[in-house]
Amino acid sequence: MSVEIKTTSVEPIRNTYSAIARRFGDKPATRYQEASFDLAATTNFHYRPLWDPKRTLNDPTRTALRMEDWYAVTDPRQFFYGAYVGNRAKMQEAAESSFAFCDKRNLLTRLPEETQKQLLRLLVPFRHVALGANMNNSKIAGDSTATTVSQMHMFAATDHLGMGQYLSRIALLLDGSTGTALDESKTYWMDDELWQPLRKLVEGILVVDDWFEITLVQNVLLDGLMYPLVYDRMDAWFGEQGAEDISMLTEFQRDWYKESLRWTNAMIKTVVAESGRNREQVQSWVKNWEPMVYEALKPIAQATTGLDALDELRAELSVRLKKAGLESTGVQA
Amino acid sequence: MASKNKKLNLKDKYQYLTRDMAWEPTYEKHEDIYPDESFEGIKILNWDQWEDPFRLTMDTYWKYQAEKEKKLYAIFDAFAQNNGQQNITDARYVNALKLFLSGISPVEYAAYQGYARVGRQFSGAGARVACQMQAIDELRHAQTQQHAMSHYNKHFNGLHDASYQHDRVWFLSVPKSFFDDARSAGPFEFLTAISFSFEYVLTNLLFVPFMSGAAYNGDMATVTFGFSAQSDEARHMTLGLEVIKFILEQHEDNVPIIQKWVDKWFWRGFRLLSLVGMMMDYMLPNKVMSWAEAWEMYYEQSGGALFKDLERYGIRPPKYQDVANAAKNHSSHQTWATFYQYSQATNFHTWMPQEDEMAWLSEKYPETFDKYYRDRFEHWDKEQKKGNRFYNNTLPQLCQVCQIPNIMTEKDDPTVFSHRQVKHEGERYHFCSDGCCDIFKNEPEKYIQAWLPVHQIYQGNCGGADVATVVEKYYHIVPGVDNMEYLGSPDHQRWLDIKGLKPLSTSRQKKTAA
Repeated sequence: MSVEIKTTSVEPIRNTYSAIARRFGDKPATRYQEASFDLAATTNFHYRPLWDPKRTLNDPTRTALRMEDWYAVTDPRQFFYGAYVGNRAKMQEAAESSFAFCDKRNLLTRLPEETQKQLLRLLVPFRHVALGANMNNSKIAGDSTATTVSQMHMFAATDHLGMGQYLSRIALLLDGSTGTALDESKTYWMDDELWQPLRKLVEGILVVDDWFEITLVQNVLLDGLMYPLVYDRMDAWFGEQGAEDISMLTEFQRDWYKESLRWTNAMIKTVVAESGRNREQVQSWVKNWEPMVYEALKPIAQATTGLDALDELRAELSVRLKKAGLESTGVQA
Repeated sequence: MASKNKKLNLKDKYQYLTRDMAWEPTYEKHEDIYPDESFEGIKILNWDQWEDPFRLTMDTYWKYQAEKEKKLYAIFDAFAQNNGQQNITDARYVNALKLFLSGISPVEYAAYQGYARVGRQFSGAGARVACQMQAIDELRHAQTQQHAMSHYNKHFNGLHDASYQHDRVWFLSVPKSFFDDARSAGPFEFLTAISFSFEYVLTNLLFVPFMSGAAYNGDMATVTFGFSAQSDEARHMTLGLEVIKFILEQHEDNVPIIQKWVDKWFWRGFRLLSLVGMMMDYMLPNKVMSWAEAWEMYYEQSGGALFKDLERYGIRPPKYQDVANAAKNHSSHQTWATFYQYSQATNFHTWMPQEDEMAWLSEKYPETFDKYYRDRFEHWDKEQKKGNRFYNNTLPQLCQVCQIPNIMTEKDDPTVFSHRQVKHEGERYHFCSDGCCDIFKNEPEKYIQAWLPVHQIYQGNCGGADVATVVEKYYHIVPGVDNMEYLGSPDHQRWLDIKGLKPLSTSRQKKTAA
């Protein structure tokens, strides 16, 4: 026996919005589709921006790259706002219980003084890099024209803010929530020679105007070397120093990075495959920035994992870029 | 690492988790990293004095927002599964949703883009973070509105191509030019326009009437969105007030600049709200309150108290608020009369009020409705019953600034159209009011660029020379299906079917997808 509830059924007169139907046909659409395609204004703008009078609002020429249709770049995760916050809420739940656990058992404050100092000098300052990433992605969200592209960067902006906050909370666990450890950590970022090449690089990205150049340098090249260096190789190194508990507090970043590869790879692949012109432009950016990113991370690798680890990661990045039809120069591994 | 210091309080802790991640650059120049911060002339002496209007770290944000989204989408699913569109008061109500989806949702998206940009432009990290949170909230609203109305789009006409129409349809240039104006301004003006004037001063007259309208008319999907967005809106309002106080407290030179913006954005907002007034008085089958009552409560009383509070900074109430206050008894009628006449070029239906609705209008507008508007409406109603439904086939002259047709009347004489003109570099420009004329005179080089739909049609930039072609081909509006008179329209027919006034099977609609 099955239970059958009688309902009235009404035939719909159409299955989705016209813009979605033009792209995918008049059939039931996904929530990702209705939330992500053709929402942004494309034409008949009224006034030129005072902050960029040579271009219009939503001007596709805010990058040197050209796409027949920027909506060709889509998100393999199918994140629209609701799907995004739902996913991150689960991730933060796990992070929260790890922080609570560490706090309750005093796992960090029980570490030797020297190890604590290493965390403040070698790990926590990445919170400043996260803020740079936050700013860059917010700019891209404002400058890029297709919602499918723009929203991925908005999500990345808030992700980086969140990850910077998790790093900050490691210092707050160390200093008993007084802020002194954060103050100390910031002096390394500002003055310690170890950090200056990276700080110079981060400031350098903040003056780039082309939004695709920024996403390439920030989300592909810098994150592509830095995240595996810090949260994989350096994480193991911290373990060797007796600070294996720190892994619990950076699990979010590891999960996040693995996931971010999906959309960054898809984006680069689509954009490069569009035209020879795009490929050349992206290639020239890679050629210019990849060695700078490598150099910026070098002192940190040397002080922790050793340079071999960074060279291996550099080779991995090179393989990754190759899949998108790009070459990175200066591979030493 | 034992510490001598005290535990941080909530405020300081939040600062450590946001603005303390920022630093003063030394490898690049401050003004190269923040090139847009100074050209408007606003002086910020110390960003440290920025008071965070709310203290939400990202983990808390994700958690709260995900809970809200989960509840909201459960309702959307239930609404669709149970064909909740059949439970609304009357199908005429759906026309308010058409206005919302084509007029408001696209500007939610524009707000998202604008906040993402100012979320990068300021050198004060506290302000940047607050703006970014509003950016992602606005993205939320634009997207959840698509989902809230998705089911209506499957069962009613006129909702099918809202964002596309927002870029093109004549009256939608009113909200579009409003947001284009704000987004093309500098970051401080953007915040004064959207965070302060739009979110803080006018939200109760824009967002809230639509949501209350949904509540009063059995629209469970939209009203649930409204409730779900309420705490977001509360945050946006807090940001709006902090923005204005912060700028005013930073330097006395900021006061006249802010005053000019307050005047401008109050007036632009007031004109934009003409569309909401018409919706409240004419498009809701079950009415919440009259536009005049809403204006009295939310502008004259609440706005009055706000500007009293701002007096100590040297800010006076917006110029021409007396004109706006007087217009509350006229603007909704004048606007509806216009949309009624030009319904062949809109993306929604219009109709004449039924007898009980006329009585309601007389009661709510004792000084004006019977005296100035009832006769005209009764005449049109009579003509329609004789088969002569009135459509105006000329194209109206638009105001160069607010882009509303020049249909509004003088403050002291509702029988005289309000019309101003100015000559600028040999060209004559037309305005609906002194308010809009002043805005033009302050920045003529901006407003001469306006994309005025009527001019564009005449110049042949809209796909054809006659209105019918423009509407069908350029606007993607299906004549007589998406628009024109409600009575006898496919939406009306379908509603009668739904309500069982005719068996569904005998008159099932043909597909009318555009």
